[in-house]
Amino acid sequence: MSTSLRIFFVGGGISYRALFNWISPGMYVTTMLGSPLFQILFFTYLGRYAGSQDDAFFIVGNAIQVAAMAGIYGMTMGIANERQYGTLQPLLATPANRLAIFSGRALPFIVNGLFVSTFGFAVSWLLLDFRPAEGSVPPLAFAVLVTTCSCVAFGMLIGSIGLRARDVFFAANLVYFLMLLVCGVNVANEDLPGWLGAIGRCLPLTHGIEAAREIAAGTPLGDVSGLLATEALIGIVYGTAAYVLFRVFEAEGRRRASLETY
Amino acid sequence: MARLFFVGWLFHLKSLTQSLFFVLISVIQPIIFASIAFFMFESGSRAGTLLYVALGAGLMGIWSSTLFGSGGAIQWQRWQGTLEVLIASPAPFLLVLVPLTLATASIGLYSIVMTLVWGRIFFGVPLDFAHPLQLAVALPATVVSLGLLGLVLASTFVLYRNANAFSNLLEYPVWLATGLLVPLTLLPGWVEPIAWVLSPTWGMRAIREAAFGGNAWPEIGLCVALGLVYLALGAVALRNFERLARSRATLSLT
Repeated sequence: MSTSLRIFFVGGGISYRALFNWISPGMYVTTMLGSPLFQILFFTYLGRYAGSQDDAFFIVGNAIQVAAMAGIYGMTMGIANERQYGTLQPLLATPANRLAIFSGRALPFIVNGLFVSTFGFAVSWLLLDFRPAEGSVPPLAFAVLVTTCSCVAFGMLIGSIGLRARDVFFAANLVYFLMLLVCGVNVANEDLPGWLGAIGRCLPLTHGIEAAREIAAGTPLGDVSGLLATEALIGIVYGTAAYVLFRVFEAEGRRRASLETY
Repeated sequence: MARLFFVGWLFHLKSLTQSLFFVLISVIQPIIFASIAFFMFESGSRAGTLLYVALGAGLMGIWSSTLFGSGGAIQWQRWQGTLEVLIASPAPFLLVLVPLTLATASIGLYSIVMTLVWGRIFFGVPLDFAHPLQLAVALPATVVSLGLLGLVLASTFVLYRNANAFSNLLEYPVWLATGLLVPLTLLPGWVEPIAWVLSPTWGMRAIREAAFGGNAWPEIGLCVALGLVYLALGAVALRNFERLARSRATLSLT
């Protein structure tokens, strides 16, 4: 048990640090903080011009969606890069607990996503006069945590697909942009065509953002527990599917001797 | 010289069209952003401005492809191992690089076409252009001026190791500061002088004047003038880069 815990924490930490082999601190700041800041500003001003919703709608939606950047891109890289950089075979040659290897990678990205989202809310408070209802910050943080976890689980699924697919970053980019459209980030789910809204309801973010908006407006946490439970359930389903795919691709890779072939 | 220019432009245009990443940012991303804006404007109080949105989202795509394509152009040649060959060739490096940066802007034309077709089919956007001739001039003028702005990006970003970081950072701010979807009047006053020196501002205004019935010629003229300024700046920066890279023997160092 203690070995698995060590793999979970130390392995996850090392995997995260490995990303900084090519991501410099400057690149981290511009990509993970600068880009989300301007995304929030862009959609809030666009929302003001379009007159579709108030500022808080866009601020909460985008400040949570930017956590998906860490969740989707980061997690995809955290898993799929093992294959790209040639470390997948040695990793899978070890007898280490696969669940610990796999899930340990998620923890740093959850923390990262929370940090990026917190930064998004902080700059919105500073620049856009965003003021959540009194006492709503702790439940809002909880909603962000649940949503970030489900985004990371979704990123794990894409990362697992990256153990087999040739260009998984195309899929990661596509999913990230589609989430802006279908997950109620900038367009309320009920304003989308039915089929598009239905896709959004099957993805992470949608229910979490809806809950966070209500919390920021003053609704108690208990009243949105159903939305958050749905968000968590969606995350668990994607996380489970990701782990199953990871194991299937590992077994297939061994059987066909194709672990690192493209 | 004309052959070198045309062949280079065509080669890079074909090469970029083969890239899934550029298909994503010049075709799929603009469609997604246009759809978001269409839904926002439909549910808001500005349902009559869908052509405005389609054109703006299209130009956003041109900026993205220019930014990501040109910003890392020299770095990319370095990674491919072709930079030394290009520098060593008898043709001036400027003449080799300009077709590439123009190609990155040209591929953005897919964005305009896609957002207009997408808007027409799925959102009923009326494609009634008041001055088709002016539009036919405004579009290439905008693409050329953005391509030359790309030359400035290419020749300055190369001084930094992580040009991609700048590219990631500059996408949204330029969309915002050049009034592609949000009018500058809604933004703080200090944004306007920044907008004046960025050619997408004038390109967007020229295209809208041509589409909605105004006089696009002054904006087209400003686009061309800014393009010439970018060309001069890019040539100076490129000469500086080439001189430093030769004297310090850092041409192939990343």
